[in-house]
Order: sequence, then C-alpha cells, then structure tokens
Amino acid sequence: MNQLKKYAGIIWILLGPISMYYLVQTAATQIIAKPGIDTKIQWAVFGIVFLPIALGLMIFGYYALKGEYDKI
Amino acid sequence: MNETKTLRKVITASSMGTLIEWYDFYIFGSLATVIASQFFPKTNPTAALLSTLATFAAGFIVRPFGALVFGRLGDIIGRKHTFLLTLVIMGGSTFAIGLIPGFDSIGYAAPILVLLLRLLQGLALGGEYGGAATYVAEHAPEHKRGFYTSWIQTTATLGLFVSLGVILLTRHSLDANAAKSIAKFNDWGWRIPFLVSILLVIVSIYIRLKMKESPLFTELKASGKTSVNPIKESFGHKTNLKMVLLALFGATMGQGVVWYTGQFYAQSFIENVCKIDFDQSRTLIIWAILFGTPFFVVFGAWSDKIGRKWIMLTGMFLAIISYHFLFNSLLQIAETEATTTYIGETMVRTLSGIAYWKMVGIVFIMIIYVTMVYGPIAAFLVELFPTKIRYTSMSLPYHIGNGVFGGLTPFIATLLTTIYTDDKLAGLMYPIIVSSICLVIGTLYIQNKIDPPIEA
Repeated sequence: MNQLKKYAGIIWILLGPISMYYLVQTAATQIIAKPGIDTKIQWAVFGIVFLPIALGLMIFGYYALKGEYDKI
Repeated sequence: MNETKTLRKVITASSMGTLIEWYDFYIFGSLATVIASQFFPKTNPTAALLSTLATFAAGFIVRPFGALVFGRLGDIIGRKHTFLLTLVIMGGSTFAIGLIPGFDSIGYAAPILVLLLRLLQGLALGGEYGGAATYVAEHAPEHKRGFYTSWIQTTATLGLFVSLGVILLTRHSLDANAAKSIAKFNDWGWRIPFLVSILLVIVSIYIRLKMKESPLFTELKASGKTSVNPIKESFGHKTNLKMVLLALFGATMGQGVVWYTGQFYAQSFIENVCKIDFDQSRTLIIWAILFGTPFFVVFGAWSDKIGRKWIMLTGMFLAIISYHFLFNSLLQIAETEATTTYIGETMVRTLSGIAYWKMVGIVFIMIIYVTMVYGPIAAFLVELFPTKIRYTSMSLPYHIGNGVFGGLTPFIATLLTTIYTDDKLAGLMYPIIVSSICLVIGTLYIQNKIDPPIEA
C-alpha cells in the first residue's frame, strides 16, 4: 500500500502542470472567442484562484512520493 | 446532567449564529437576478447577471482569506471572541446591502459598494465556520464528536432553507394581487430579507456573549502554550502543511463540489435548463432540504462508530456514478411531464402532482449525498490538527474546498454548458472530475480512525 501511495505521488505531481495547461489554454481560447471585459475578468479570477491550488497539488504529490503519508 | 445542559447551550448558541451567517450569505445568491437589475447597468442584462454572479463568486473566493485572518485571531485570542466578531461583520454587511441605493441613483458607486460588502461577507464566513466547529468539538465528549459537530453541519443547509423561505414569503406578501406583489418585491421588497438579518444577528450576539471560552483553549492559554504565529506553524512546517494538503485534496475538495452540486447547481439547473418556474424551482429544493437535513446528524453520529472516512467517500462515490442519471431524469421529467406556457417569449414549465414530487425525490437523493460528505467533515477536520493551530489549520482547507471548489460549482458548470452547447449535462463534468480525484486521494491516503482523541 505504501508503494502505491508513493507511485501515485507521480500522478499528482503531473496533474498539477496538466491542469494548469488546460486552464490557461481554455482561458486563451475563450478570451479570443469572446474578447469582452467579462470574459477576461472571469478567466483571470479562475487563473488567480486555481493556479496556486494546482501548485499545492504538486507539493502534495511530492510529499506522497517522499513517503510523508506512509505513517499518519 | 449539567454537562448535557451545557453542551446543548453550546450547540444552540454556536449553531444559531452560524445559521444566521449562512442565511446572510445565501440571500445574496438567491436574489442574484434581482440584484443584477438593481445595481448593475441595465443596458446589458447578461453582463449584469454575470457581474452579479462574479460578485457572488467573489464572496466565495475571499473565504480562504477570512479563514487565515480570523483563524489566526481565534488561535491567539480565543474562539469565542473571534466568532463573535465574524457575526458582527456578517450582520453589518448584510444589513448595509439592504440600504445601498440602486445604480439609477448613485451610478457605479452602487456595484462597487455591493462588491465591497460581499467581500466582507465572505471574509466573515471564512472566520465563522472554523470557529463554531472547533468550539463545539472542543466541548464535545469522546465518542460523540461527530454527533455534536453535525449540528453545526446542519446550519449551512438550514441557512439556505430559511433564506429561500423568507424570500418566497416576502415575494408573495407585499400585495393581495400576486403579480403586483412580485413587481413590488423586484422593485424594493428584495431589501427586506437583507434588513431582517440585523434582528437575527442581534439575538445571536446576545446569546453568544453569554458563552464561555472552549475548555481546551482555556487550558492551553493558562499553560502559556498558545501559538504565537499560527499561520507560520500551520503552513510553514511540513508536519502540518502535509495534513492541510491531505484535508483539501482528499476530503474537502470533493465534499465541496458534491454539496454545491446537490443544493445549488441542482436549483440553477431546474430553473434555467429545465425551465421550471421561479417558485417551484425553489419550493422543491425546500422540501428536499427539509426531508434531508436530519441525515446530517444521522451520518455525523454514525461516523463516531465506524469512522469518518468511508461515509464521506461513499457519498462522493455515489454522486460520481449517479449524477448523470439524476440530472438527466430531471430534464426528462421537465420535458415530458410538465405543462409548458409562454410569458412573452420566455418559456416556463410548471409541474403538478407526481411529477413535482418525483423532482423533489431526485433532489432529496442528492441532498443525502450532501449529508454523507458534509455530516462528518467537521469532526474529521478537527481531529487532524492540534488545539493551538486548529482554528487556522482546519479553516483553510475547508474554505478552499467549499468556498473555491464548491462555491464556484454553479458558475463553472453553467460556463461549461456555454462551451459545450450540444450537451445540456456538460456542467456535470466539473463536479464529477473533481470528486473523482478527491475520491482516489482520500481512499489511498486518509486513515479511517475511529474516534481518535483530539490533541491538546
């Protein structure tokens, strides 16, 4: 089980940049499609909020990979 | 006997205040359309509604900051005074929203003031919940922490229930003629639910002033072991930070989206996608909440016996596998069993008899999922962190999970339906993906501890 927890850490580390990329790409597509101030504000808010969370997921993955959750 | 009486007082006083804070927070969301027409330029109604929703979302996004500010305060000066302060801020902001002149009178000052007050509401709520949950948990005896904190968990849903009830009551009691009453409500009557809040807050402040500080915190303070810098200790040290991250990604993130999908996106979906009329889309949520609310306590108490983990994760699992079917059923009922009428060019569907109760039943199932994920969460979070940094540490993952992931659910789900226009159920992608990730993380990394002692 501890091995599985560690290896799954790699998934969480990778999921961080993948979700960041998806967010930025969708934001860019939407802003180009509807370049109004509402669209820009809305996606800026999503970016400000979710990008640090994605970073947090990478830290979580790093801790998992290091075995920090083996004994809790 | 005395102990039970004290505990009852603690729960009543904490729950009353928290319920009022939720009421204050939700009346804004429930009146989003009316507020849009009052405070934002009327030239572009879509922009106005979106701006209001953004203002609504701002209230959610700022909650984690409230968790940090008031959590820190609560870990330094104590739980009682901190959540008294959050109650005053929340009540004052809500009352003030009811007094702001519309866009026609003061122009752009109106939406700016609304936004500022909404941010204050979010900050206050960010500080309130963690304080109330911590306060009750630190009074609760061993083996009953889940049961006692689950009363705090009922307040969020009951706050929504009361807010919907007050809105509907006000909307229909301003004139003997129904149409005139609704017109008056849209013109000035919408202010009443905001203004009424001040009376509720005064009563709650009076009750809370009589409360004593939590015994665990008092003990800690007497021994001089309170934290000097709770934020640094919570998030600057790996030992606590890893638990904060686990609480967020393995529990509150999924719990937040299941909660907001079941109660808020469901209502928005029924009104805007199924096109069910304004009153019915609210009354059927009220019924489902009424039937579902006792289950917060049922699952909270059950978690004292079998642990918190599997109840919460089962709720998430059931939501993931059944959301598509449940929302599709809502759509089918609306399209095949409702009576359709047109008011101008707007289509409105009305349900009668069995079709209405079928919808209530479907929403009730979703509320049951909410009670499974949300009933035990306060006890679960309290047990993860030591007393000296508990308020700060548990508040942040709770409010990121519920305020950000959960609070943005109706907004993001609606947005997805505008991107994938062919699929009316596209909005469900967001809660399903988020809760699936959370389910896997929770299953792998969270230990199912049955009634662990809370660390002093």
